[in-house]
Amino acid sequence: MTTPYEDRILPAPAMNPGDEPYFEAAAAGKLVIKQCTDCGEHHFYPRSLCPFCLSAETKWVESTGRGVIHTYSITRRAGPAPYAIAFVTLEEGVSMMTNIVDCDLDAIRIGQRVRVVFKPTDGDVVVPCFAPE
Amino acid sequence: MSISGKACIAGVYEHPARKAPDKSVAQIHAESARGALADAGLSPADVDGYFCAGDAPGLGALSIVEYMGLRVRHVDTTETGGSSYLIHVSHAAQAIAMGKCEVALVTLGGRPRSEGRSGAKARDWGPNLPDAPFEAPYGPLTLNQYAMVAMRHRHEFGTTPEQLAWIKVAASQHAQHNPDAMLRDAVTVEDVLSSPMVADPLHRLDCCVVSDGGGAVIVTRPEIAAGLKRPIVRVRGAGEAPKGLNGGRIDLTTSGAARSGAAAFEEAGVTPADIKYASIYDSFTITVLIQLEDLGFCAKGEGGRFVADGNLISGVGRLPFNTDGGGLCNNHPANRGGMTKVIEAVRQLRGEAHPEVQVPNCDLALAQGTGGSLGTRHGSATLILERG
Repeated sequence: MTTPYEDRILPAPAMNPGDEPYFEAAAAGKLVIKQCTDCGEHHFYPRSLCPFCLSAETKWVESTGRGVIHTYSITRRAGPAPYAIAFVTLEEGVSMMTNIVDCDLDAIRIGQRVRVVFKPTDGDVVVPCFAPE
Repeated sequence: MSISGKACIAGVYEHPARKAPDKSVAQIHAESARGALADAGLSPADVDGYFCAGDAPGLGALSIVEYMGLRVRHVDTTETGGSSYLIHVSHAAQAIAMGKCEVALVTLGGRPRSEGRSGAKARDWGPNLPDAPFEAPYGPLTLNQYAMVAMRHRHEFGTTPEQLAWIKVAASQHAQHNPDAMLRDAVTVEDVLSSPMVADPLHRLDCCVVSDGGGAVIVTRPEIAAGLKRPIVRVRGAGEAPKGLNGGRIDLTTSGAARSGAAAFEEAGVTPADIKYASIYDSFTITVLIQLEDLGFCAKGEGGRFVADGNLISGVGRLPFNTDGGGLCNNHPANRGGMTKVIEAVRQLRGEAHPEVQVPNCDLALAQGTGGSLGTRHGSATLILERG
């Protein structure tokens, strides 16, 4: 069985104050995450305060944009086209929700290596998705 | 200080509606309250504490207290999704132990079936969500979030679709005896596996029903319960635990039940082996399996083997569960199954479950709820109840 990837209209994110650098970086083709300058831990999703020590000293750092699929599911009956939602664990150690794109959805496997790509939304921003390496 | 033995469940009521387009949500709350008060043999004037969650419209407790004409001195609107109502029983026991109220009413009501809301559609949790900008573009649904949990559990522990299907089979065996259940036909493992794949690895029959309806519970002081005509059901222990994605260090195959269950067992002074009946939140088959592991009914990763071959079927297996048919077959009012978990546990302890599914000499029961999503952030609540 094969289920080819189809582009679908992704809803634009409802950004909160402080989220802008993430999406500005995405527009420039970069994936950035947050790192605490006090405890040193990376975290995701990005916050102004570190979820591990509640320090207010967090900074944006660029991710390598590479990772492995931690888990996924093909949603087959909830829209016009099937899509693959997933958690990808980045090389920096944090996992993020995403979509796996540009591949046969039925060939997706946990542990598969992926790299970031950017897909348009119905707004004026793009969001990071991942494709098999 | 412990709540163990300081409060009793004196009344329960499960609203019989499964589709209620002509009833208001407030009306379902009030009809459920009336039913539970009648069951307890109490009147609205006796109620001095009121508990509700996010399904209550408007200003929640304030709106429903006014609708029902109650005069209360204690309110609690703890909102942890479908697990809220188990937490309300625990918080009611705390309030009663502290003398803040002595007859606590908990209500639930909702119409997702009439309103077209289900786990296959995006939920609207309102504005200002810190997580939504980083999740909502990817199409997260209740359905596919739980599917990702099931996929990871399969990867780590080899859990098979057949094993998950046994959970639905057990629920359907029970539901055939419940005239109110939405799905009353007993199904087989093969039926589950041949139902449409909705979000790999979950089939349609791995998912709970979408129903309108509601329910209510009355919690009161032991001295008051002793003067009523109904069998005594004591609150012995309770635990609650929120769990999320932990800043990106995710662990999807363990739920908050690991912490809420341990707290409840410790407070009750009992172990999983002592439990005669368990109500386990069953939004999806995988939800049941993970909670059973986390509560300690079997080791982590052993859930698939534990649930197989009818081990959850009353009269057949070691741990009878959800003898009303559960969310998988009976109902899932307001998309929140915690209330009905409490109600069926009380029926079992009173000896009032259907004779075909009643557990003999059922003196100790557990009710377990989750709310939100195991795939992102959820609340877990555990109650241990004892026949008086």
